[in-house]
Amino acid sequence: MSEQNNKIDVIVVGAGPAGISCAVTIARGGKKVVLIERGSFAGSKNVFGGAIYTQPTKEIFPDFEASAPLERKNVDHKFAILGEDDSTVISYKNKTEAAGSYTVIRGKFDRWMADEAKKEGVYLVEKTVVRELLTENGKVVGVKTELEDYYADIVVLADGVNSLLAKQIGLREEIQPKDVALSVKEVIKLDKEKINDRFNISDGEGCIYEIFGGPMLGMLGLAFMYTNSNSITIGLGITLSELVERGIRPYDLLEQLKSHPTIAPLIKDGELQEYSAHLIPEGGYNKIPKLSSDGVMIVGDAAMLVNNLHWEGTNLAMISGKLAGEAAVDAINSGDFSAKSLRKYEEKLKNSFVMKDLITYKDLMDIAHKKSDAFLDYYLRTINSFFKMFTSVDSVPKRQKYYDFVSKFFKERKILNILSDFWHGIKLVWSILKWY
Amino acid sequence: MVLEDKLFTVKYSPDTVSHLNPDNEMCGMCTSKICTKICPANVYEWDEANQKLVVNFENCLECGACRVACEKKCIKWEYPKGTKGVTFKLG
Repeated sequence: MSEQNNKIDVIVVGAGPAGISCAVTIARGGKKVVLIERGSFAGSKNVFGGAIYTQPTKEIFPDFEASAPLERKNVDHKFAILGEDDSTVISYKNKTEAAGSYTVIRGKFDRWMADEAKKEGVYLVEKTVVRELLTENGKVVGVKTELEDYYADIVVLADGVNSLLAKQIGLREEIQPKDVALSVKEVIKLDKEKINDRFNISDGEGCIYEIFGGPMLGMLGLAFMYTNSNSITIGLGITLSELVERGIRPYDLLEQLKSHPTIAPLIKDGELQEYSAHLIPEGGYNKIPKLSSDGVMIVGDAAMLVNNLHWEGTNLAMISGKLAGEAAVDAINSGDFSAKSLRKYEEKLKNSFVMKDLITYKDLMDIAHKKSDAFLDYYLRTINSFFKMFTSVDSVPKRQKYYDFVSKFFKERKILNILSDFWHGIKLVWSILKWY
Repeated sequence: MVLEDKLFTVKYSPDTVSHLNPDNEMCGMCTSKICTKICPANVYEWDEANQKLVVNFENCLECGACRVACEKKCIKWEYPKGTKGVTFKLG
C-alpha cells in the first residue's frame, strides 16, 4: 500500500488530559504513537474550572507533584448558596490530609504533561488540525490533516467536547443544547497576600467555591471560584438550552455574579488576566456515544465523560485515556484492530469508577431539568430565608417566626408541587443508591 | 466590565478567512437569531439593513456554542487553521 510511509501504530487526536494520558500509556507499552494537537502548544485551546485530582493524575504521572506546575493545594471546599443579596456558605476544611486536588493553569500544566509524554517517546505534532478521518471499508485507517495524511492501525479521538471527528464517522450524534453547558470564566490577577487573607489560607493552600443560585437562580447552572498562586478563577456554566430559552448573554450572568455582595469583596481590585469560554458535556451516561469501532476509540470530553455533580472531568479524561491506551497496546500485540478487539476499552471503562459513577448519576440530569425551579430556585431561597429568620433579632417571639416561616413555605409553592419535588428527590436518591 | 475589555485579554492570531460560515439564506428565515445572544464573544451581529449575519470570526473563542444552539443548524463550523485562532495562555 502507498500509505506505508506515513504509517504508525496509533494516532491520538488532541493533546488534552485524555489524549496525553492515552499517548503516554501507548508509548510505555513500547508502541509508536503520534499525538496531534491543533493549538500552538498543548493546552492552548483548553479551558476548565480549575483543579486536577491527585490520585488519578498519579496513575498517569506518579511523581507529578515533584515537578508539575501546580498552583495551590486545595484545603478548603466551600458550598455557597446565593440569594439575590444574601448567602449561606458551608465550608469543609482539612489542612492535614494529603492534597486531594491542586489548582493548575492549563496553559502550563497541559504543556508540562505533553513534555513528559514526549520524554517517554510520544511524538507530538502541534499546530495541526485533523480535518477528517480516513476510512476504508468502514474501518478507520488514518487522519487527514491540512498538510498530509497519516495512517495508523488505531486512531484515538481525544478531540474534545465538539468532537467533529466522532460525528463524522457516526459514532456520535449531534449534541443537543440541553446536553452541554456553556461556561465563561475569568482569571483575575490578585496579590498572593490578598488571596491568603480573603480566603483565610496560607501560602500554597487553596480554596474552592462551588456556587449555587445568585444570578443563576432557577437555571440549570453552577458557578465556581478557585484560588491560583497569584490569581483567582471565577466562572459559571449554564446549560445551553437555558440560555437559548431565555436569550441571556453568558457574560452578563458572570458580571452579575462578580458583583454579588458575597463575591465582590473576594475579587475586589483584581485585574482581569484572561477571559475564556468552553462547552462542558452535561448529558451524562445516557449521552455517551459508541466508544469504539473498527480502528477507533473515543476518550475524555469527546466521549462526554463528565461527572457534573462532583465537578469531575479531567480525572475521567485521564483514566479513559489510559484505559484506551492499554486496549490499544493489547490490540497491537494481538494484531487485531477490529471493533471486537477494541471493545476491551469499553469493558475496562465499565469496570472503572468512570462508568460506574456515570451510571450512578444517570437520572440526575433528567430530574434536574424537570425540577430546576424547585432545587435550583425555591429551595435555595428557602435555605437563605431560614437562616435569615433564625438569626434575626427583632422582638418577634420565636414561635411566631417558625409559624410564619412554615406558612410562607407552603404558601409560596403549591402543596402538589412540594409533594412532586419530594417524590423526585426520593426517586433521585433511589437511583443513586440502588445496586446494579 | 464590557465584553470588549474582556476580549482584549485574549490572545488571537486571526486568519484572513472565516472558519465560521452561516448559510445566510437560512439566517434570514431564522426567528430567534440565537447566535447573536448566546455567543460568549458576541461574534454574530444581525445587520437589519442588509438582512445579513455579520460574523466577527476573529473574536471567536472556539467554544462551539453557536453550532449547537443554532436552530437552523446552518453554521458551517470548523476549527481555524493550526496556527490560527485563539490561544489561551492560562485556560
